[in-house]
Amino acid sequence: MALSELFTDYTLRTVALGSIFLGIVSGTLGTYAVLRKQSLIGDMVSHAALPGICLSFLIIGSKNTEWLLLGAFLAGWIATIIINIIHTHSKIKYDSALGTVLAVFFGFGLVLLTYIQKIPNANQAGLENFLFGQVSTILQRDVIFMGIVAVFTILPVILFWKEFKLLSFDHDFAAIIGFSTNKLDLLLTTLMVIAVIAGLQSVGVVLMSAMLIAPAVSARQWTDKLSVMIVLSSIFGAVSGVVGTLISSSIPKMPTGPIIVVVVTIIAFISMLFAPNRGLIWKKVRDYYNKKELSTHMVLNNLYILAKNHEDPFHPHDLETICLYNNGLRLSKRMMKKELNKLKISGLAKEYEEGNWAITPEGFKKMEEIHFEGGGDME
Amino acid sequence: MNPQLEIQTIAILVAISCSLSGVFLILRQMAMMADAISHTILLGIVLAFFVIQDLSSPLLIIGAAIMGTITVFLVETINKTKLVNEDAAIGLIFPFLFSLGIILVTLYAGSIHLDVDAVLLGELAFAPFNRLIINGVDIGPKSLYIMLVILILNILYIALFYKELKLSTFDVGLAATLGFSPVFIHYSLMSLVSITSVAAFDAVGAILVLAFMVGPPTIAYLVTDNLTKMIWLSVLFGIISAISGYWVATWFDVTIAGTMATMVGILFAIVFIFIPERGLIATMHSKKEQKYEFALISLLMHIINHQGTPREIEELGIDTIKNHLYWEEKFTEEIIDRVLDKNYAYIEDNILKISEEGKKFALSNYYHIVDLD
Amino acid sequence: MKNYVVNVNDMTVVYHKKPVLWDIDLQIPSGILMAIVGPNGAGKSTLIKAMLGLVKPVTGKVTFWGESYESQRKRIGYVPQRGSVDWDFPTDVLDVVTMGTYGQLGWIKRPGEKERELAIQAIEKVDMLPFANRQISQLSGGQQQRVFLARALVQDADIYFMDEPFQGVDAKTEKAIIKLLEELKNRGKTVVVVHHDLQTVPEYFDWVTLLNRVVIESGPVEKVFTDENLRKTYRSTSENLYRKRDVM
Repeated sequence: MALSELFTDYTLRTVALGSIFLGIVSGTLGTYAVLRKQSLIGDMVSHAALPGICLSFLIIGSKNTEWLLLGAFLAGWIATIIINIIHTHSKIKYDSALGTVLAVFFGFGLVLLTYIQKIPNANQAGLENFLFGQVSTILQRDVIFMGIVAVFTILPVILFWKEFKLLSFDHDFAAIIGFSTNKLDLLLTTLMVIAVIAGLQSVGVVLMSAMLIAPAVSARQWTDKLSVMIVLSSIFGAVSGVVGTLISSSIPKMPTGPIIVVVVTIIAFISMLFAPNRGLIWKKVRDYYNKKELSTHMVLNNLYILAKNHEDPFHPHDLETICLYNNGLRLSKRMMKKELNKLKISGLAKEYEEGNWAITPEGFKKMEEIHFEGGGDME
Repeated sequence: MNPQLEIQTIAILVAISCSLSGVFLILRQMAMMADAISHTILLGIVLAFFVIQDLSSPLLIIGAAIMGTITVFLVETINKTKLVNEDAAIGLIFPFLFSLGIILVTLYAGSIHLDVDAVLLGELAFAPFNRLIINGVDIGPKSLYIMLVILILNILYIALFYKELKLSTFDVGLAATLGFSPVFIHYSLMSLVSITSVAAFDAVGAILVLAFMVGPPTIAYLVTDNLTKMIWLSVLFGIISAISGYWVATWFDVTIAGTMATMVGILFAIVFIFIPERGLIATMHSKKEQKYEFALISLLMHIINHQGTPREIEELGIDTIKNHLYWEEKFTEEIIDRVLDKNYAYIEDNILKISEEGKKFALSNYYHIVDLD
Repeated sequence: MKNYVVNVNDMTVVYHKKPVLWDIDLQIPSGILMAIVGPNGAGKSTLIKAMLGLVKPVTGKVTFWGESYESQRKRIGYVPQRGSVDWDFPTDVLDVVTMGTYGQLGWIKRPGEKERELAIQAIEKVDMLPFANRQISQLSGGQQQRVFLARALVQDADIYFMDEPFQGVDAKTEKAIIKLLEELKNRGKTVVVVHHDLQTVPEYFDWVTLLNRVVIESGPVEKVFTDENLRKTYRSTSENLYRKRDVM
């Protein structure tokens, strides 16, 4: 399947467009979920949506997507409210409340599902598609719906940009300077629920939480700015949606939802490994150089101590003596010589004949400064 | 045993096993790890099947249990990088492994007769169809025996390591200094959770495993602060949900597993709202009562502090006292009425004076209130 | 009688049925540098939070300049405990300090050039200008505290509440902070600090409140900060109640 088909193939284009909207919505709200340590709210909401879908079907009697999603939204929203009540009115921990509500709501959803399946002539087939998602069934109508959802979830985020940022960073401070944190909490949580429900159709109940978490986690590694993080997160979400769709349409039988999740998680792994600054590999390299710098510094310190203990501070000592003062570094003579050479290049140490070394006045001055400033707070 | 009894027995065994390990899971704030494991074992089963090529082999359970432990390990590994929060680490790993599982199942659906729906949702009603036959004699459903083994394993583990579990759950630092490896306890407990989940989800489905593992312990946690009591109550709540769930499901002819999970929720709601002293109603009520009680004692202490001082007339004067209590006028009047009603105080020369009884009441309660720790 | 900035009357705060603060009466005069001192669990942070409306008291009343907290909140600055926020949040020093202007801005309106200017000034005041664009996770404990302090300065309040601002900071930052607090005082501001280091109380503060669930004593340091009172404060809570009996 070539990329160009993305623009020519009607179905594919529709699906890709849907994925982009989904990426934007879940990427944006997922950023807040991850930053507020509520990552698993997506998992809970998507499971809790099931009874809402079933009840909506029972009441309306048809599989009208908008109504089903409305039911899903209400159920997910009620579940988050219940968790809030449990959390604030008892000693139960957040994760226990989350797990209990998730299992109970989903269990009740299954009860309703089996009940619906028994209704004769009920046009219920396909309801369970919500469980695992079916990107390929997305129609243009759904895409338009998703676009509207995207606008209505992103708009409040832009409008309440500074409020949401403050709320996520410092809840108490927000309350003290006069923002109603209860209302802000409710608004942000509601938007999160909407984001999750919007994705149900494409990736399904079980996998929606990944769409909320993985793009945000990936984005966090590449930037230290909230705005950039949201944009990146949306891009990662959208890209994995499109790539996942392409893969699933080019490999027979490949399920779309799961492959999207695999793609988005791989992006997260790559980000955690290779992103500059935060990435693990970058960290390893930096640690290596820090260690190197540290050992040079400690050798200079040895020279300094030797100088201090000798009546002539710039009296040269041989390698053996310098190595004796080797506090904890255990450098070999060869390595010691390497470090000394480095110091020589920066003019902090001087080599005399027969491999004897001494600190230079510059090196001495530098060490005095360090020792007497006591390593102040400022770097 | 008839099928009805068999199903209930299996459900009870699952409920007890899950509630037991679940207690420690929720105390360690790892409830969502159970959710993660209940999903990722799918991949374990699929991978084990590729190796063993036999869907009925008990080795599949071991493969799945290993995957559960791998899940825990992966989450821990990501945690250690400090690049993401723990909840995000869980939420990153389990959908990934679960997706891999689903992809494998779908791609090789021809060779594996593994129904993802059945795995996730489970159907207890079918459990009695899978019989254990030894020497041609049908000795009962297979799940029953498997769950019995799992239950014994759970009981043995908790009985053996009770002290270590308790210590490392409430004070990791102390446990480590006393020489109990928190890492060992962590991984052994999570392995137990994995094995229990796998065995149970084969019988009842993933969602009921989670419901039983997190629900009953959470309800028990609401009722008591005592670990031993919490374990027993958790088991009790598990059994109640299992039995009631079965009968309700039979009555409405709906999924047994789903109904049991629903019963866990109903039980939770009842306890959460109605339990004396800690329930929602009790705390709402006591908050209001507390306000009156504290105000009452405050007023009496106010009298004690100012009685006989030069400012007595101003501070305790029946018309001026309101200005010194800073309560709403109506509330102040109400409290003064209560105090007079109970004979804790009386009015003399338009000044509020405390009675012997009031003095005794105020001081004893004051000590009682402030001395709770 | 002096004009009080804060007036706390008969305030009782209950947490899980246990009173954390009992019958607090406290007056904070204007223009002082006050320390709230007491043992662990004495309710020091809770006292601040209850005054600022973050914790709801069961009984009692708090007024600022004789008015409700809500009507005066633009005149109130706050420095929370450093550990209360996630320092890995994707934001930089300038951004955090700018948050101090949000209260004045109100809903929806974004901070502009003026707010940026104010923030920069505050950052300069705490000697953090070279770090203005630095990610907050890359700051040392002392630097993080300076950032919070700068944010409070931006609030341009008349009274400041600070929760353990010296916790885990280096000696240099501690000196810098106390210099700043004195400067605020000299400008007529009132500063209330939750403090845990008894030794530095007479040196840093001129007013002290000794707290152990009840207010043991509150007043000028030289009058209140006595061995006798400290013993009262640091003995067990139940013993403290005999104070009330003495009155009888």
